[in-house]
Amino acid sequence: MASSQKKVPFYGTPKQEEELRKVIEELRDEKGCLMPIMQRAQDIYGYLPQEVLTIISDELGVPLEKIYGVATFYSQFNLNPKGKYQISVCLGTACYVKGSGDIYNKIKEILGIDGGECTPDGKFSLSACRCVGACGLAPVMMINGEVYGRLTVDDVYGILQKYN
Amino acid sequence: MYQSHVLVCGGDGCTKAGSDRLICVLKEEIEKNGLKDDVAVVQTGCQGLCEQGPIVVIYPGAVCYSMVKPEDVPEIVSEHLKKGHIIKRLLYLENDGKVKALKDTDFYRLQHRVALRNCGVINPESIDEYIGRDGYEALGRVLTQMTPDEVIDVILESGLRGRGGAGFPTGRKWKFASGNRGNVQKYVCCNADEGDPGAFMDRSVLEGDPHVVLEAMAIAGYAIGASQGYIYVRAEYPIAVERLKLAISQAREYGLLGKNIFDSGFDFDIDLRLGAGAFVCGEETALMTSIEGNRGEPRPRPPFPAVKGLFESPTILNNVETYANIPQIILNGAEWFASMGTEKSKGTKVFALNGKINNTGLVEVPMGTTLRTIIEDIGGGIPNGKKFKAAQTGGPSGGCIPAEHIDIPIDYDNLISIGSMMGSGGLIVMDEDTCMVDIAKFFLEFTVDESCGKCTPCRIGTKRLYEMLDKITKGEATLEDLDKMEELCYYIKDNALCGLGQTAPNPVLSTLRYFRDEYVAHIVDKKCPAGVCKALVSYKIDPDKCKGCTACAKACPNGAITGKLKEAHAINRDKCIKCGSCMEKCRFGAIYKD
Repeated sequence: MASSQKKVPFYGTPKQEEELRKVIEELRDEKGCLMPIMQRAQDIYGYLPQEVLTIISDELGVPLEKIYGVATFYSQFNLNPKGKYQISVCLGTACYVKGSGDIYNKIKEILGIDGGECTPDGKFSLSACRCVGACGLAPVMMINGEVYGRLTVDDVYGILQKYN
Repeated sequence: MYQSHVLVCGGDGCTKAGSDRLICVLKEEIEKNGLKDDVAVVQTGCQGLCEQGPIVVIYPGAVCYSMVKPEDVPEIVSEHLKKGHIIKRLLYLENDGKVKALKDTDFYRLQHRVALRNCGVINPESIDEYIGRDGYEALGRVLTQMTPDEVIDVILESGLRGRGGAGFPTGRKWKFASGNRGNVQKYVCCNADEGDPGAFMDRSVLEGDPHVVLEAMAIAGYAIGASQGYIYVRAEYPIAVERLKLAISQAREYGLLGKNIFDSGFDFDIDLRLGAGAFVCGEETALMTSIEGNRGEPRPRPPFPAVKGLFESPTILNNVETYANIPQIILNGAEWFASMGTEKSKGTKVFALNGKINNTGLVEVPMGTTLRTIIEDIGGGIPNGKKFKAAQTGGPSGGCIPAEHIDIPIDYDNLISIGSMMGSGGLIVMDEDTCMVDIAKFFLEFTVDESCGKCTPCRIGTKRLYEMLDKITKGEATLEDLDKMEELCYYIKDNALCGLGQTAPNPVLSTLRYFRDEYVAHIVDKKCPAGVCKALVSYKIDPDKCKGCTACAKACPNGAITGKLKEAHAINRDKCIKCGSCMEKCRFGAIYKD
C-alpha cells in the first residue's frame, strides 16, 4: 500500500481488536463476507487502517491487495481517518479569485498535511469543496459546519488555534 | 379501540422537514390532555406529497394537514382531536382553495396506487398492520394452492415488466431460472441500490412497506426453487436498512421466513447486503459481483444471471418496485393487472416528480398516462408561470421529452421511440431557464465519476465526451466538434461493456436530437439562451432602473461594480466573475443577464 500520504499512527485498542475478531468469527462462514466485515470494521475504527486490513487478510486468507482493491472501489470506505475537526475550504470561483487558494495552502503549511489527509494526532482533516453559496462572504472555509468568511491568510492561524 | 388515528409521514422529505420532532410533541400533548387511550399516533412511510411536508392525516375523515409545525400541535389536539373542529388554516388546499378529502385532491385523484398501496397508510414497523392489509396472504395462497409453474404463468400473463430500467418481462426472467428445481442452489436478489439522481421511489417502498418486498421475494423463491434471498440496499438509506432488518426479524418470528413456511415444506430466508457507494452496482452483474465481496465491476453477458449468477448459481434479480407489485398480482389475478396500462406495458408506474414543478413528490399512475396529466394535473404545473421546456426520464441513462411530445402516453416502448427510457422512474421537469447543454454535462459528469473503469469506451469515452461538452459550455467549441461528439456517442453505445456505459451517451444524443439549436447557439453565437452557462453570460445593469443604492457594489466579492451613491452603477466585465451575488441583492430588478 504505497502512498505518498502522511500516515496517521494507528491508535487501535485491544478492545477494538477483540471486537473486530468477534465480527470476523461471526461472519466468516457466510458467502461473500468480505464487504460486511469491512463495513463493520469501519464502524469499529471509524476508518480502515492498514493494520486492520492486515488482520482481516490474515484471518480470511484473502490477499491484502484484493482487500485494498475493494476498499478503494467503494466511496464509503476510508483509508484515512477523518479528523475531529473537518476543515473544508471553498475553491469555488468567487472564493478562488478572492484568494482561497492561498488560504488552502496556508492551512496545508500550518498543519503539514495535504488535501484529503488528517493530522497525525487525529485532530484536523482538510479538504477542498465547491461553491457553498456564500459568495458574499468570500473567501470562505468551514470547520465542522461552522462558516468562516472574508478570510485573509493572516486569520488562518488564529482560527485553527481556537480548536487546539 | 382508538377513536382517532393521527398518521404522521415519516418519509425522507417529511423527516427533513421535521416530522420526527412533530411526533414527539404530538405524543406529549396527547398525553397531557389525557387522550392517550383514545388517539393513536402512527409514523407512516412516504405519503407522496413531499413538497408540503410534514404531512399529517387524521382519521376518521382523512383530514390532511400540510406543513405542520410543532407550534400547531396544541391547536390540533384541543380543537380537532378533542372537539372535532377542523383547523382550516392548516388544511392542504389546492389552487381552487376548496376543502376536499385527500383522495379527491388533484394530486391523489388521478393516481392509482398498487406498488405504493400501503405507503403512508400503515406503520411500516408493524408486521401486524401489514397482515391486516392482506399481507402474506399471497404467499400463503402460493404455497398451499399453487404449483411453482402456475405462479410463473400468472406473472407471465400479467405482463409485468421490470421497473428498474430496461423493462424486461419479469415472468420470462423467472421462467429462465426455473429449470432443475430442487437440485441446484439458486438465489433470489432484490436490487435496492437506487442511485439515479432524482429517483426515490424504491426508498419510499422500503421505508413505507418493507414486508411487501420480503413477501414477493419468498414468492419468487418458491417459483424458481431458491431457498436464499439477498437484498442489496444502499448504505445511504439508513432508515430503509433499519426497517428491513426489523421486518426480516419479525417475519422470521412469525414463521413467514425460515424453515417450512406455512407448513408447506418450503424453506426461504433473506439476508441484507449493504452497498458502499458505487452507482455501477445497480447493474445486475456488478451487483452480484459486489454481493460476492469483490469490486463491483460488471462482467459480460452471456452467461446470463438466470444461468450463472450469484456465486455461479442461477439467480433472478428484480428491483423493489417490481416486487411490490407481485403479491397484488397473485391476489387479484393476472387479468386485473393486465387491465391497467397500455398494450405492451401493463400496470402502473411510480414516478419521482421533481425539478421545476409545484408538487414535488411521488406519484403512481397507470402506464399510458400522458406527461401533461402528470405535470399539469397531478404535479400542479410549473412554478412562477414559467413555460415547460422538457422532462428528463431515466436518469443518466435516459433522455428528455420535449414539449412537442407532452401528450404522448408514457410507456416503455413510447419512451424508447422518442429517444428516452423509463429507467427507474425519476422525472425531472425543466422550464425555460434550464440549459440543455448544461443538463447533458451534468449527467455526463455523473457517469464519468461513477464509471467503474473496467472497459475503455466507458472509462475514457465518457471523459472525452464530458470534455467536449465542457468546451461547448465555455464557447470554445466548433461545429466540427459537434459532429465528432455525436460519432463518439454512438461508438460508446456500441462498445461499452455494461448498461451504464451503453446508455451513458443518451442524455447527449437526446438533447442533440431536440435542442440542437441550443448547442449551435453556444458554438456559433457564443450565447447560452437559458442564461446558465457562466462563460457565455454577462451581467449588465440597466441604468434606467438602477437607483444607485450601492447594494450590488457591496455584495460583489470582486469589486467589479462601480458607481456613486444615487447614480447608476456599472459592472466592469473584466473583473466580473459571474457569481450572481449582485443580481440577488438588487431590489429594483435593474441587473440582468445577457
